[in-house]
Amino acid sequence: MRTLAPFLKNYKKESILAPFFKFLEVVFDLLVPVVIARIIDTGVAQDDRGFILQNFFILILMAAAGLTVSITAQFFAAKASVGFSAELRQAVYDHVQGLSYSELDTLGTDTLITRLTDDINQVQNGLNMGLRLLLRSPFIVIGSMVMAFTINVRCALIFAAAIPVLFLVVFVIMYLSIPLFRRVQGKLDSVTGLTRENLTGVRVIRAFCREKEAVQEFDISNQELTKLNEFVGKLSALLNPVTYVMINIATVILINHAGLQVNLGNMQQGEAVALYNYMAQMIIELIKLASLIITLNKSAACAGRVAAVLHVNSSMKFAAVTTGGPEGDSAVAFENVTFSYPGTGAPSLSNISFTAEKGQTIGIIGGTGSGKTTLVNLIARFYDATSGKVLLDGRDVTDYSLQDLRDRIGVVPQKAALFKGSIRDNMKWGREDASDEEIWDALSTAQAKEIVEGKPGQLDFALEQNGKNLSGGQRQRLTIARALVKKPEILILDDSASALDFATDAALRKALAGLKGQTTTFLVSQRAASIRQADQILVLDDGCLSGIGTHDSLLASCETYREIYFSQFPEERIKFESKDQTSSRQLSKEHGGLSARLSARGDKNSAADRNTAEAGKEAFS
Amino acid sequence: MSSDKKTTGNNMEILWKVLRFIGRYRFLLILSIVLASFSVILQLYVPILFGNAIDQIIDAGHVDFQQMWYYLSRILVMVFLSGAATWIMNIINNRMTYRTVQDIRAKAIRHIQALPLSYLDRHSTGDIISRVIADTDILSDGLLLGFTQLFSGIVTIIGTLVFMLSKNLWITLLVIVLTPLSFFVAKFISSRSFQMFRKQSEARGRQTALIEEMIGNQKIVQAFGYQEKSSRRFAQVNEELKEYSQKAVFFSSLTNPSTRFVNNVIYAAVALAGAFLIPGGYLTVGGLSVLLSYANQYMKPFNDISSVITELQNALACAARIFDLLEEAPESPDAPGTLADVKGKVDISDVSFSYTPGKKLIEHFNLQAAPGKRIAIVGPTGCGKTTFINLLMRFYDVNSGTISVDGQPVKNLSRHALRRSFGMVLQDTWIKNGTVRENICIGKPEASEEEIIEAAKKSHSWEFIRRLPKGLDTPLKEDSLSQGQKQLLCITRVMLCLPPMLILDEATSSIDTRTEMMIQEAFDQMMRGRTSFIVAHRLSTIRNADEILVMKDGSIIEQGTHDELMKKGGFYENLYNSQFVKVSE
Repeated sequence: MRTLAPFLKNYKKESILAPFFKFLEVVFDLLVPVVIARIIDTGVAQDDRGFILQNFFILILMAAAGLTVSITAQFFAAKASVGFSAELRQAVYDHVQGLSYSELDTLGTDTLITRLTDDINQVQNGLNMGLRLLLRSPFIVIGSMVMAFTINVRCALIFAAAIPVLFLVVFVIMYLSIPLFRRVQGKLDSVTGLTRENLTGVRVIRAFCREKEAVQEFDISNQELTKLNEFVGKLSALLNPVTYVMINIATVILINHAGLQVNLGNMQQGEAVALYNYMAQMIIELIKLASLIITLNKSAACAGRVAAVLHVNSSMKFAAVTTGGPEGDSAVAFENVTFSYPGTGAPSLSNISFTAEKGQTIGIIGGTGSGKTTLVNLIARFYDATSGKVLLDGRDVTDYSLQDLRDRIGVVPQKAALFKGSIRDNMKWGREDASDEEIWDALSTAQAKEIVEGKPGQLDFALEQNGKNLSGGQRQRLTIARALVKKPEILILDDSASALDFATDAALRKALAGLKGQTTTFLVSQRAASIRQADQILVLDDGCLSGIGTHDSLLASCETYREIYFSQFPEERIKFESKDQTSSRQLSKEHGGLSARLSARGDKNSAADRNTAEAGKEAFS
Repeated sequence: MSSDKKTTGNNMEILWKVLRFIGRYRFLLILSIVLASFSVILQLYVPILFGNAIDQIIDAGHVDFQQMWYYLSRILVMVFLSGAATWIMNIINNRMTYRTVQDIRAKAIRHIQALPLSYLDRHSTGDIISRVIADTDILSDGLLLGFTQLFSGIVTIIGTLVFMLSKNLWITLLVIVLTPLSFFVAKFISSRSFQMFRKQSEARGRQTALIEEMIGNQKIVQAFGYQEKSSRRFAQVNEELKEYSQKAVFFSSLTNPSTRFVNNVIYAAVALAGAFLIPGGYLTVGGLSVLLSYANQYMKPFNDISSVITELQNALACAARIFDLLEEAPESPDAPGTLADVKGKVDISDVSFSYTPGKKLIEHFNLQAAPGKRIAIVGPTGCGKTTFINLLMRFYDVNSGTISVDGQPVKNLSRHALRRSFGMVLQDTWIKNGTVRENICIGKPEASEEEIIEAAKKSHSWEFIRRLPKGLDTPLKEDSLSQGQKQLLCITRVMLCLPPMLILDEATSSIDTRTEMMIQEAFDQMMRGRTSFIVAHRLSTIRNADEILVMKDGSIIEQGTHDELMKKGGFYENLYNSQFVKVSE
């Protein structure tokens, strides 16, 4: 709650004025029984029609004044609550913009969307109702008591005793039933979940003939929900009758006392009526208060959830300006990097080291869950390495400012997400000041030129949310173009050609290879064909680097790579195996001869050794 | 959709159907209505007794305590009776409401299981869920509570009028004449605020769309450094929403003060009239206090009734949606035929099928699969591969022609008998909320630990299951596994029960090629001696099928083994070679 209070700061005036005007309205409401008492005790008793008429107009005036102040109060309450929620929403939204991938993973986007929409709406409702009514009811209740004291102290003591007892009863019933309501919500969630399961899994359920079991499981949950609902119902059903009975008992005691007081001459009949009216007013307000408290409780729970988002802070600190030493020669380097996702045991990447030179194309291949995406996510510092160092242009990525770092890197994520707006708007995500010419260049590199040319309005063609009016392959090419518009130093394609047919995929790679400048490209793929021409291929297996090198060298040295490659090109295996046998025989013969000679010299200095070996090779060739 | 079919009759008809649901609780319903009227009349009578008691208090020395205590003691009895009646009524209402909801939901879930897939495929999951959950809740709240509230509201109005009349005719008439005022005021305000509400909900819609788009793709927003711009865009719609909201909230909150104002005017008028009438002996002071308190409460049942009527309309609309679902025709009745010791001979002769009449899909389809053969089906998207599987499993029934298994037409078999003889792995993986074990054992609940582990090892899912925090007992949710892992689990399911025939629809599409190769071995072993139908995108996975069907536009255009088809040099050869196009160097 305290977390959210600052957002009311700009509406301090309104949030004080609203209850204040509400208080004024209560004052007018509370004066009504006094006027009625005067009508009875003076007007009726003396049959003074002028006096009665005068008091009638006072009542009308009071009603009009009540209307005015109440409208004023509503105005301030609306302004404060809506303004508050608008500021809160903006703040939560901005806060989410600053969270890192780890926090986004833990919170989940669905949750964040609900918090920003439903939850904040509930908070707004709660605040609005609170400002308007939360004070009104206690004002009337307390006010009735104060007014009762002005009429007759002894009778007023009955009010003073009744009010706390009533509050206690309401409080106890609420206190007991609110946690139960929460459990009901949980049970309802599970019934909803089971309904969904029955629908989404209908083919599997029917294929395995599990209809009866599915229904049974649903029935159990359904019945539990009913039982719990009935139990809570019994408790909350008490609220109304109990308060009703108690209030009336208090009223009976009140009338009895009033009778004694009037009999003693301490009070008049009209005043007894006034006391009775105050009691009646209290009943209505107390019942309203009870239902108000339920609403407020709900919105307090929502406020708690919203505040929880604001309490999550980014686990990543970025430098304000890029620091660290001068730029080095290599584009990207991993030094013994290990990474585990927060809250998981086994690392997703273990001891990865490699260097990518500027302008190189790096292919990354490996099975499902082998850590390919994780690896490229570390380059753009979407996550921080658990241990080891990630270097970009020779500097530690943690030395870069956020802006500087992300400006250097263009990412094409697996999920081809585009946004509602024109194609041009989407392309400008890469660089705000990109010219149409630059956009067209990027589109043609991404093999997306024909797509855009085929659309009415071309760059002005309006995309629907998530680019729904394009096919999967078209979307992928546009997301590639979007990253190219940025003209990044490092381009990362995370399995982003999966929906392209083989020919387009090939043309795309050719175009990427022909890019001017020194773009270093990371190509993540499951297709061996897509990465076989890369300058270096990283082969990942269960988070470990099981091979690094060119296609040919990996084919010779890396078992994992061979398995992947041949699973996709079975023909090549036969060719390879026959060639392999002859070539490896030759190789081993040469090697054997050379190493035998080298070891014979017994030189332990490896550098010298290699030099000699080179020399030796030359000499022998 | 169903809208062109029927609108499930008019409101009266729907009401009648709903009443049939409540029918089994009719005794409770009658009891509830009786208790409601009982407690309302008592509650209305209490102010009269208070008035009588006050009338005994006249002046110093002129208080008739005997009479006063008589009235007060009667009040106590009535209050207790009324409180007890209200409490019992509340409990009865709760029970009726919750039981009816439970009945409707239980019926709905059974009906869902019996509905043809054509209905379920055409309706969004969210829509059906909201019928089963939200609509049912609104129906019960609106209808049952509305029903009793409507009734007690009417009793209150009649009772109030009678009691007021018993005190004074003229004042009663005054109240009756003045009350409509407050309705007019409320109506005027609500028609004005409606405009604002519409604008507000439009702005809210725009904002929600932006939130879903930006927060849903937050990672991309961050990767492109779009945060600031995204915040600015949000600020813009947020400001817009704020403006409309403030107006809408303000205008709608005028209703209460305004009707309260009208009520206060009526109250003052009653006080004035009463004060003028008392001296003439037409009214007592106690009587006036009774009338005043009635005047205060008289509006409430009217407001209640008008809100109950909107709620009832709403409830009936929801009921219509529920009955649309419940009255949807179920699948054709099941035949009694059973299959014993399935050989796996599948004959498809002259089958035609389409999802929508007039839009031809599968036409005169013929296929003979000998027991134990491996049939692969390939072809471009939309060629009818998945439809073919829908027909094999009888998720859909053929329009004409016959499919038979071991010589028996599937129409004569019970669906369970047919489906039990097939093991199916689909591209769309489905994981149930439950543990890994529960998910694997769907087809064979009685499987032992060893059997499960063996199946998991064979399908290569054991490697990741073993590493889960609680192994086989790890609870799973929709998102706790990767797509590839889910597919492995689905394969494990079939591995465990090993039915005599297999259907693999893109079963390994999300699994990397290396793991796929390992699973392929397991598949090969599993398919030995089992008639199998394989749909695959990756042509490498179907090369060693006994027969490859190349489908295009709903019919088979080529048929034969891999080598035969390659030699033939047709569509298949073309398709196969397209995956080896290399970058020209």
